[in-house]
Order: sequence, then structure tokens, then C-alpha cells
Amino acid sequence: MAIVEVRQIVKKFGDVTAVDGVDLASRDGEFLVLLGPSGCGKTTLLRMIAGLEIPSAGHVFIEGRDVSQLPPRQRNVAMVFQSYALYPHMTVFKNIAFPLKPLKMQREDIREKVMWSASMFGIGHLLARRPRELSGGERQRVALARAMVREPSVFLLDEPLSNLDAKLRTSAREELEQLQKRIGITTLYVTHDQVEAMGLGDRIVVMNEGRVRQVGTPHEVYHRSADTFVATFLGSPPMNLLEKDGLVIGFRPENFLPVQLYGDDRDVERFRFDVTWMEDLGSDRLIYGNVEREFAHRHVVAKLSANVTFSVEPKESYTFAVPKDKLNFFDAGTGLRLEGRFALRDVHGA
Amino acid sequence: MAPEQKKQPHGPFRFRDDPRLLSALMTAPAVIYIALLVGIPFLLAVFISLSDATTGDPSLDYVGISNFRTVIGDPVFRQSLKNTFIFTFASQALVLVMSKILALALMKEFRGKWLVRFLILLPWTAPIALGTIGWLWMFDSIFSPMDWVLRYVGLLGRPGALLGVNSNLYWLGIPGLAMASVTVVHAWRMLPLATVILLAGLTAIPKDILEAAEVDGAGFRQRLFSIIIPLLLPIMSIAVLFGVVFTFTDMTVVYILTRGGPVQSTQVLASWAFFKGIEGGDLAQGAAIALFLFPVLAGVATLMLRLARRTEVN
Amino acid sequence: MAAGRRVREGFAVYPVVTFFALFSAFPFFWMLITMFKRDHDLFSPANNPFLLNEPPTLEHLDLLINQTHFLKYLFNTLYVGAVVVLITLVVAVPAAYSLARWAGRWGETLGIGIFLTYLVPPTLLFIPMSRVISVLKLHESRWSLIVIYPTFTIPFCTWLLMGFFKSIPRDIEEQAQIDGYSRLGAMVKVVLPLSVSGLLTVVVFAFTLTMHEFIYALAFISVSAHKTVSIGVPTELVRGDVFRWGSLMAGALIPSLPVAVLYTFFLDRFIAGFTLGAVKG
Repeated sequence: MAIVEVRQIVKKFGDVTAVDGVDLASRDGEFLVLLGPSGCGKTTLLRMIAGLEIPSAGHVFIEGRDVSQLPPRQRNVAMVFQSYALYPHMTVFKNIAFPLKPLKMQREDIREKVMWSASMFGIGHLLARRPRELSGGERQRVALARAMVREPSVFLLDEPLSNLDAKLRTSAREELEQLQKRIGITTLYVTHDQVEAMGLGDRIVVMNEGRVRQVGTPHEVYHRSADTFVATFLGSPPMNLLEKDGLVIGFRPENFLPVQLYGDDRDVERFRFDVTWMEDLGSDRLIYGNVEREFAHRHVVAKLSANVTFSVEPKESYTFAVPKDKLNFFDAGTGLRLEGRFALRDVHGA
Repeated sequence: MAPEQKKQPHGPFRFRDDPRLLSALMTAPAVIYIALLVGIPFLLAVFISLSDATTGDPSLDYVGISNFRTVIGDPVFRQSLKNTFIFTFASQALVLVMSKILALALMKEFRGKWLVRFLILLPWTAPIALGTIGWLWMFDSIFSPMDWVLRYVGLLGRPGALLGVNSNLYWLGIPGLAMASVTVVHAWRMLPLATVILLAGLTAIPKDILEAAEVDGAGFRQRLFSIIIPLLLPIMSIAVLFGVVFTFTDMTVVYILTRGGPVQSTQVLASWAFFKGIEGGDLAQGAAIALFLFPVLAGVATLMLRLARRTEVN
Repeated sequence: MAAGRRVREGFAVYPVVTFFALFSAFPFFWMLITMFKRDHDLFSPANNPFLLNEPPTLEHLDLLINQTHFLKYLFNTLYVGAVVVLITLVVAVPAAYSLARWAGRWGETLGIGIFLTYLVPPTLLFIPMSRVISVLKLHESRWSLIVIYPTFTIPFCTWLLMGFFKSIPRDIEEQAQIDGYSRLGAMVKVVLPLSVSGLLTVVVFAFTLTMHEFIYALAFISVSAHKTVSIGVPTELVRGDVFRWGSLMAGALIPSLPVAVLYTFFLDRFIAGFTLGAVKG
């Protein structure tokens, strides 16, 4: 049974359709990431699951129960906001105990629960402090401890790492992932950061303009992107797309390498590559340039890792190649992925 | 698949979660209170002004606009109308200039600022009726301390003195002086409010704009007239609008200082309505007189709404 | 403060502020002097009026307290003020909250509409209001003021509170909803405790506005024992031509000072409301 399921859910704000008919089901205990550019409807979707927004149409099920019209408190969900939304007038202890108050629990039980949750996040020593006396990382742990204390059936996180500085973010990400695996609670996590999404998610839901474009494991959405939006939203730099005769050919910059680097036994597609300029990023070199004229969009990027010593100079031409199994094909009209193999020779029209 | 009609949440306290119902329930008392005790009395004022109601016979018998005719024909009313405008504009003009100077001075840091602030705010923070009593005693016909100072420096009360040989000026006893006295008290009263509003506006001017002007070589006067005043214009208009409303509709100052005298020369609309309607018992005419306050109020309210809109856009 | 340096070469600050401080505070200084002056000193035109030319006396204070209803006026003022504050809070807090949070653009308009009713002056309404009061059979009663005063405290305080509630992050309320509270519960348990300073401001203003009011009180209360200070002092201590100046000044100064101190303390917030959000207070 799916822990969280939405069916044909729609949310309109006046004339604006924020979420446009989304179907989605989480698997028990999974870490599901909602990924998309800002304004894609991912936060609205999360808020509808939380009960903070009532859907314009469609249904939300949590543990098989239709909760579409129920207020948040009757859904047994926990949510961590981007700002952490700690109650500034309460101590850490009271913050964590706050969700337990409406449950009419005994004082001793509340205390025990708070201790349990606080120790899980290693903040037992902070219980007497106020939120303003905490560092960013500590605040995040308090917010997580408060979310966890009621043992909710779903855990909703709205960009919880975006307020942390870059260094802290990496360690917090790792912690979060390990914790989720240990507790095994179903988690929905909203982010616009693809690195976070790839690193954390068991599966990733890529959204754009209120619709789900693809649901899949990080590997699937990256290597078998369902359409050109997903293909170009993921990856840095994004996938190269070449168009010709109603067909879009896509390949990732890191697969676009000098032909010499591939062994003779590798079945590759060759391109003439006129280099225009280069950027050395330290770990990688990005090489910008154009392929043969016959393609409509012929500007492409190649990404060479630093241990590739092959010398490339601007204003020179080279032969680059992509392994044929790394080529993606999309319909130029719909942008959707086309399965099967297309012989690029035919495309070349040679 | 047709979307199922909204199911109601469980439990008897559904309203606690329904934002529409809740906001209706929570706004209702305020709206009802205001409708009952501002809206209805306002309509009642119109009805009373069209009737022949007096304190003795309060029944509302319709007499058309005859009250308005009588009121307008009354020279005291015309004097009051004129005075109301004179007091309002004269005092607001004074306030505008003085508050500007004072606000610029208060932008600076100096020792004892808290005390100065407290003292300057007194006319607004202390009840106006009580503050005006202080003025009443200062304007006393015999014991006025201003007269004493004028006598002391030889401007008054001796042969050949600039202000006359009488030992007193009779501040509230001579029409022109009484008008001036009332104007000054109004200005005194509104100065603190205008000053703090301007001060708030001044502090809100982005410092980089002034710094940029300073770097460009603009002097103090140039910065004042080409940057500070234009930027302050919206907030200055708010200060003026409030000043106009409070002065235009006030009767406390006149009531306590002169009761409209001498010979109705300082009478204003509000006090005249009070003397006619409450003390004179002619409710209908009193209501008619008071209604003449309304057009100015409506104008001010419209301007204010416009200002609010504009600040919202920004 | 950095802003102070901006206008550094403008003009000499001390003469300006001294002049204005004298202008503004002089009537109150005058009250202070008069209140301790002996009548003989007071009524000698030749004496320097700014000094105590004879030893100070407490006779005016004694007369004020023991032979007039002054204490009664103070009590009435506190009584009326306290009940009005209570009514104002009960009505304005929920209205302000729902207008600030749930009603959207419509709420903003209604909020401004409510605020504008604050500008409807007592002088426009006291005649019909006297009719309302007699229908309610409250003539000569302090309850007439208690019923009427919220008509201006509610609009103003609702407006002020709207600003306060808007400044509380929405996340915090939504978090409380997630944490198991209803919308109402979130407001009571989280928003109100976070708005203590706003509520305090409203208490102070509702009270001072009540205390400042003159016209309704003058129109509806003529029984001396029911008057508030604002009308009791100017009407009851001046009988005909007999001015008990010493007592009158004492009666004017004593209630003014505490309310002025309170008001000054909270003034910046008051101004933030007045400027319709054009300036963040």
C-alpha cells in the first residue's frame, strides 16, 4: 500500500494553475524527491499533501485514507519548512513538545518522547535554549526532532537545506539520508537543487509547469530522461540536443569525448567538433563549440575530466564521438523520448 | 472522473479549520459594532437634519431641507464656516513649516534627546482638553505671563509702548487676537504628530541616495529641496491630511478657550453645532451644521485611500 | 546613529530644539508653577509669574483632592478606559487577525475601510449618538461612554494590529497546524504569544484615546460624579467666573503626565499605523 498517493490533483490560484492533474504514489519507506525549477508546483503539491492547501480537484490519500478535505492536524503528517519555523518564544524543549500537547499525553510521557527525539538528533544538550541562540545546523536538527516526535506516517520537507551554508549542506545531506534510512519513514522532499535530489532520492519526481515529467530513480531520470525538459534540467552542463528532420538527438557532455579516447571495439558516433572556447574548472574542462552544419541546433558542450590530458585548442577542429548506447532520441514536436535505436547514419542522410 | 463534492471535515468544531467561516466570524463583531454605532448614527444624523427634532420634542417629523436653509442664512454659521477653514489652513501651514525644521533637528543625535522628545510630544500625548486649560490661564486677561514679559521688556503698558498703553493685550477678548490664539493652540497641538510622521519619513529615506547626492557635490540646501522634500511628499501629505481632519473637526480648543467668543468671532462648525444642538436643544439644526463637516472629511478620506494605493504599488 | 550625520551642516540643533521644547512644554511648566503658588502670589500682576515669589503651598492640591470630585473623575476615567480596552481587544484582535491573514486583497480593502471610520469625528456624530444613548437608556451613565468609545478605538486598533499580525511569518502558523492545531488553535497558541508587544500597544492606545476624548463625554454626562477627568476638570473646576487656577492646573497636570509618558513610550508604533504602512515603524 502506498503511504502517500495523489490522484488527478489540481490546484488553481485564480487564473493560475499551479498543479495541473498530478498522479503520484510513494512506496513505503522511500525517500521521494520532488524536483523542478521554481514555480513548477512542487511546493504547492507538498502543501496539498500536508493539508495547508485544499486541492481544486482530485484526491490525496495517506495510508489509504482520503484526506483531501481534512485539516493538517488530522493527517498525521510532519513537515519541516525552509525557514524551520521554530517557535521563537519557546525553548527547544517546548518546541519539540509542542506537537505532543494536542495529543493529551501525560507530562512524563511527553518528556520521555522529547528526550527520545532530541537524542536521536544529538541535541539533548540544547533543550533549554531558545531558537535565536542556535546555529543554523542546530536549528535544522530541532526542526527535524520536532517533526519526528509525533512519529508521523509521512515526513514532508520543503527545501530544508537551502538556509545552510554550502559546507554544512553537504554534511546535513548525508546525515539526513542516513537518518531516513534508519527510521524508515516515508519522506517527501522538495528541492530545486538537482545535486541534492540525485544524492538523496530513492526516486525523483521531476516537475515542470504543474505537471510531472518523469518519475524514476536518479539513474533513470539522468540516463533515460523521459523528455527534453528532464534531459536539460538535469546535469551540469545540461544534455546536448541536436535537431534534425523532426528528431532530437541528445547526449551528455561527459560522453562527448575525443574519438581517440574510445577503444576500437566501442561502437561510437563521430562528429566534427569546431572548438570556440574553453573553461577550465579544475576538476573538469568544459569545451564549447559547434558540430556539423546539418543540425539545426549545433552548439554543444563537451566535458573532459581533469585526468584526460588530450590537448584541445580553440579555433581548431577535432573529431569527437559519443558511444551509440549513450545517445538519446526525442520527438522534436512533443519533446518525448523515443525508444529504440535510430541509426544516425540515416539521420545524417548520408 | 468527476471530482467528488467537498466532504466536510469530521468533528463538531469544523469552523476552527475553515478559513472562510472563521474569518467571517472573527470580522463580524468589528463590522457590526461599526455599522451599528457609526453607520446608523450617521444615517440618523441625516434624518435628524431633515426633521424638526428638538431636545423637548425629539420625534422626527420630516421638514425637508428647511434646516439647511435656516442654517445657511445664519451669519454665525457663515462666520463659523469661514473660521473653520481659516483655523485649519493657518494652523496647518504653521505646522508644516515648524514640523519640517523640528524633524530635521531631531534627525541629529544630541544629549538629552529623550527629554526633548518627551517635552515636544506633550501637546499630543496629554489630553487636549487639559493642555488647553494651561493655555487658557496663559491667555488670562490680567495675569497672562506673555503680557508680563511684554510689560517687562517695555512693549506694553506704558506711554508710547509699541503694543499700547493698556497693561494687557486681552488675548481672548479681541476678535483678531482670539483668532490668532486659537490658531496657535491648534498648531501647538498638531505639531508633535506631524513631526514624528515626518521623522519616520526622513529615517526611511535610503541613505545611499543622500550619500550619492553628497558625492555629486550637492549642498545641504540642494539636498533638502531636490531630494529630501520630493521624497517626503507622500508622507508629508499624510501628516497634513491627519492635521486637517483633526483640526477641522475639533471643538475642544474653541470650547475651552473662548466658547466661540468674543461675539462668535472664533466660532467653528463643530462648536456651533454643539451650542445649537446640545446646549440650545435644536437637534435638527445642530445635526445640519455638523453635516457640513462631511464633504471635507470625504475628500480627505479619498485622498488618503489614493495615497495608500500608491504606497501599495511601490 | 548614522542617519544623524546626514544633515550635519544644516543648522545649530540646540537653539532649535530648545525653542520647540519650550513652545511645546511651556503650558505644562506653567501648570506646574501655578499648582504650588499661593493665591496672593498668583494674583499679583507685578510679581514675576515664572517664579514662586512666596513659599510653595499644597492648598490647591488639598482643595482639588478633598473638595472636588477629582478622585472620582480619575476613577471614572480608569473605569471607562479599562472596560473600553477590554471591548476593543475582544473585537479588534480577531478582526485584525482574520483581515491580515485570510481575506486577501478584499481584507486589505475592508481593513482600510475600517481604519477610515476612525476619521469620522465625534463632532459629526454626537447629536444622533445622543439619540442612540437615550434609546439604550444610558443617559448620564458612564456606560454611555463605554458603548461609544469603541467606535473609534476598534477601527484604530484593528488597523494597528493588522500590521503586527502581518509581520509574523506565516510559516510559524502553518507549522502549528502541522503540529496538530486547528487554525484557531494556531492563532491562540502561537500568534498571540508572539504579538504581546502589539497587544500591549493596543491596550495603551485604546486607553489613551479614551482618556483624550472630550466631546461625547461633554455631550452625554452632566452629573459631576460621573464625569471623566477630560471634562470634569475643565467644566467642574470653573464655575461661572470663578477660576480656582491652582487646583485647575493641578487637575490638568496630574492626569496628563502619566498618560503622556505611556504614550511617548509607544508612539513609534502608533505612527507606523498612521502612515498607512508607507513607512515601516
